[in-house]
Amino acid sequence: MPDFLLEIGCEEIPARMIDAASQELRERVGALLNRERLAASEIAHFDTPRRLAVLASGIPATQPDVTERMNGPSASVAYKDGQPTPAAHAFARKAGVDVSQLEKITTPKGEYLAASMTRKGRSAAEILAENLPKEISSIYWPKNMYWRKPNERFVRPVRWLVAMLDGETIPLEFGGIQAGNASRGHRILSHGNVTIPRAGSAYVDALRAAKVLGRNEREHQIRKALDAATRTIPGARWREDKSLLDTVVNLTEFPSVILGGFDPQFLVLPEEVLVTVMRDHQKYFALEDSSGKLMPHFLAVLNTDGDPQGLIRHGNERVLRARFNDARFFWETDQKRSLLERLDLLKHVTFQKDLGSYYEKTQRVQRLCSWLSEVIKQSGMPVRPGVIHKAACLAKTDLTTELVKEFTELQGIVGGLYARAQELDPTLPQATRLAIADTIYDHYKPESAEDDVPRSIEGAVLSIGDKADTIAGMFSLGLVPSGSKDPFALRRQANGIVKVIAEKKLPLRLMDLMRDARAGYKGSEAENKFVEDEKFNDAVRVFFHERLEFYLKDVCGYAYDVVKAVLAAGADDVGDALARAEAVKQVMHMPEFRAIGAACKRMRNILRQAAEKGIDPAAKFEYLPEAAAEEKNLMAYMESTSARVEEFRNKKEYLEALLLLSGAREPVDVFFDKVMVMVEDEKIRANRLALLRTLLKEFSTIADFSEIVTEGKA
Amino acid sequence: MNPSKPNSLTFQELILRLQAFWAERGCVLQQPYDVEVGAGTMVPETFLRVLGPKPYKVAYVQPSRRPADGRYGENPNRLFKHMQLQVILKPPPENVQELYLESLAAIGIDLRQHDIKFEEDNWEAPTLSAWGVGWQVMLDGLEITQFTYFQQCGGIDLFPISAELTYGLERIGAFLQDVDSIYDIVWANDRSIDGKTTGREVKYGDVRLADELQFSVYNFEAADVEKTWEHFRLYEAECTALMQTYREMYMPNEDQRLLKAESRLDRPELPKLPPKDRFPLLAAYDLCLKCSHLFNILDARGAISVTERVGVIARVRALAVGIARAWVDQQKSESAAAEKSDEPEPAREKKEQKRQEKLSPATI
Repeated sequence: MPDFLLEIGCEEIPARMIDAASQELRERVGALLNRERLAASEIAHFDTPRRLAVLASGIPATQPDVTERMNGPSASVAYKDGQPTPAAHAFARKAGVDVSQLEKITTPKGEYLAASMTRKGRSAAEILAENLPKEISSIYWPKNMYWRKPNERFVRPVRWLVAMLDGETIPLEFGGIQAGNASRGHRILSHGNVTIPRAGSAYVDALRAAKVLGRNEREHQIRKALDAATRTIPGARWREDKSLLDTVVNLTEFPSVILGGFDPQFLVLPEEVLVTVMRDHQKYFALEDSSGKLMPHFLAVLNTDGDPQGLIRHGNERVLRARFNDARFFWETDQKRSLLERLDLLKHVTFQKDLGSYYEKTQRVQRLCSWLSEVIKQSGMPVRPGVIHKAACLAKTDLTTELVKEFTELQGIVGGLYARAQELDPTLPQATRLAIADTIYDHYKPESAEDDVPRSIEGAVLSIGDKADTIAGMFSLGLVPSGSKDPFALRRQANGIVKVIAEKKLPLRLMDLMRDARAGYKGSEAENKFVEDEKFNDAVRVFFHERLEFYLKDVCGYAYDVVKAVLAAGADDVGDALARAEAVKQVMHMPEFRAIGAACKRMRNILRQAAEKGIDPAAKFEYLPEAAAEEKNLMAYMESTSARVEEFRNKKEYLEALLLLSGAREPVDVFFDKVMVMVEDEKIRANRLALLRTLLKEFSTIADFSEIVTEGKA
Repeated sequence: MNPSKPNSLTFQELILRLQAFWAERGCVLQQPYDVEVGAGTMVPETFLRVLGPKPYKVAYVQPSRRPADGRYGENPNRLFKHMQLQVILKPPPENVQELYLESLAAIGIDLRQHDIKFEEDNWEAPTLSAWGVGWQVMLDGLEITQFTYFQQCGGIDLFPISAELTYGLERIGAFLQDVDSIYDIVWANDRSIDGKTTGREVKYGDVRLADELQFSVYNFEAADVEKTWEHFRLYEAECTALMQTYREMYMPNEDQRLLKAESRLDRPELPKLPPKDRFPLLAAYDLCLKCSHLFNILDARGAISVTERVGVIARVRALAVGIARAWVDQQKSESAAAEKSDEPEPAREKKEQKRQEKLSPATI
């Protein structure tokens, strides 16, 4: 059972794409081997910026032979007077056997000819050489290219291929490259070509000797080196940063780390700016002291084995110094004009070509936020409309600053920092000024499902108002995200709204929010291009339903069916949906609810079928003298509990409401056991339908239990 | 700050070494283009040469003007006009990355002592309707080169593709000499005739500071907005009119709607319609470059609102795309004509001779 190795040697693959592509290649090769009856005992992948490799151990050298039976013409046609006719000969030729080897089989339709053919298994080498090119070219890349022929695409030019079964190479060709046993080592630290002696661990060993390490080894080596370099600075620790680590792991084949320093004078610049330069622009790790304060050092990950002369450190320090100098220059230049003075400049900054300038957006967001503050205030939450009003006014002014033009990822943050530094309005108390600065600082948050929501209620309101205005404007123009197309990141913004409402427990309803956000555009030029209200409402409803579903399922971790059941009973009130989901999660494992779920499905079906036949339920169920005992029993249960359920529901004590409802299982089960709903008697039938309708409604206000998956039901 | 390293290359030696390196590898050494451009990519040697099937290798230094990047000579890292060394390899050889790394060795960078990384960076130029994929090449944390595999140019899918290497000369110079300010880069060492150095250094600042300062003033403060717009419109109109003539005469099947209706009015009076291969598409392209540069000045001057911006970019792009298509068309018929020359030898020779005469300047 030979081992198989495939290595695609490539010019530097973008770091962000390596992990997914490497896994995909392993899966593709695994699936191919299984499909071709060449299953491996073990399959692993290996990748660096310059290669994707798959190592499959113990695959059959050839496919097992397969015997197949082929059916032919009927015996009466195939033989005449005991002699084979031309039809029999033709069939034998087709099957690749001698006429004498043909068999007769009996089928319900009569006697037929058949042939058993043994299909010789083909060699693994042949199968792989034939099928791998298609698998290689099918790998998904977020952005690919062609270099040789327009229809031959890969992420970057493929420069070599290694394809081996044990020590033998396979005649594989891709992108004009013939596979062999020659791989390549580290660009600088090796002599270039590396001969792979055979598939299996010898591959990894040969590469290691040529200073090329696999992903885990690189990560380990980087972590160790980061620790070691950090230890030389007393009291320091490096800032853990998973995504940065993933990036540098995938930018190196043989990593090492250097410690560099910068002038402590730069520490007067905001940490956010320094860290952005180091992390996002230079891919450096920051060092901090035990209190989390930034230290004037950085760690750079190199793609070489060290820096004995300190040249690399010196070069990196030079670059960082220049970048920090720039940042300081921008910071100082920006202070020449206060945020307030910048408000007018927003008239010249386009928000969206049909939706006008950021100045107009600012005015709309201010209005929307003051409305939102009113709603929140009415529910008794402490909110300072003055803070929101001022923050909303200045929130976008940092778009005109040099610092944000240079570091766009710091929008909002820079505004907050400037607001803090500029002492805005001296008539305002210090606390208010700081609250305004924080509100601006936080208003883009949360930028992802993992990101925090704004710290204050005011920050939350501005965050929601800003995003709602964008979504309402875009949806009104019909710019609805579809598939992978979401150029304005509206999904992310809507996810942000849902998350903020949920985590800040704000009494805001999504459809009200969007209607008011859309109303902000009233009288603007953009309105001429807007879709009608109804179309807007439908699109927004579907969109936010999906976003809420995402939040409950992917962020909060509720089961798929729970989320579906809960949202079927309403998806407008985020906090309420959350409370209902929690209650349903608690009770859904109870046998009572599994039974109730089944009963709900049944009720729904009966009601639907009745409706299809044009049979109406009675307006209200009542105690008919001819009612069955089980029917009366169920009615009595309903009457005794529904008021209390209602009370719990009004107080949003959904768990209590559900527990009370769980008592319905018995009367419902007995009812369905003993009572037939669709009887001939119209009056009885209408009454029973009314009972079911009431019952179903009672259950469905918290969640649609017919959505609960009832596998293994009690 | 650090004094410049004694043995490092001067700025002009850096250029000479890179040029020699690429000349030895078969590149035509072109001279800087004499119309203002924002990047070496816009020079016809790149923009037009990457179109069509003909292989080509070229290297040239291109001073690149970006009016909005000017800093009155005050910022040590930013310039209104910086210099790129641009290399186009069409098609790219298989060892193009290795060649590039060798070029670094040629300017005295011992890669064994440094950290080099190819980090994803995809290039896109909306005004040229061009894009490609590639990397920024990082040397000890400094981006020294933009390495791009062109995929599309002037809206046309390229075949074969070209590799474009754009060296940032000031950055590399400052790195080699280990200076913190571009203006401190030693441009030249004044050597006396017997080869001994006089020790007098001419610095980048000596050569270029004045134009950084004065052009910053012009671009940000002094440029006459109305006149600049007027220049823009004039160049645009002439370019559009030329292109319209070309299309109507030689590409009648092309979609004419691409052309603006008003430009039909001021069509140039070409004395006699030139044969297709002499039609001045290259001149039209110069006019387009003028527009692009004037747009950059207006932009730096703050005379273009963000809303207008998209529209003006689209106007320049329309010119560039139109020229690219026409260029491909013109080249196609030229090469077709060359292939068709199955005429008897003497006749072809005669034709060739005639052609030579047409192209060579009249002797006085």
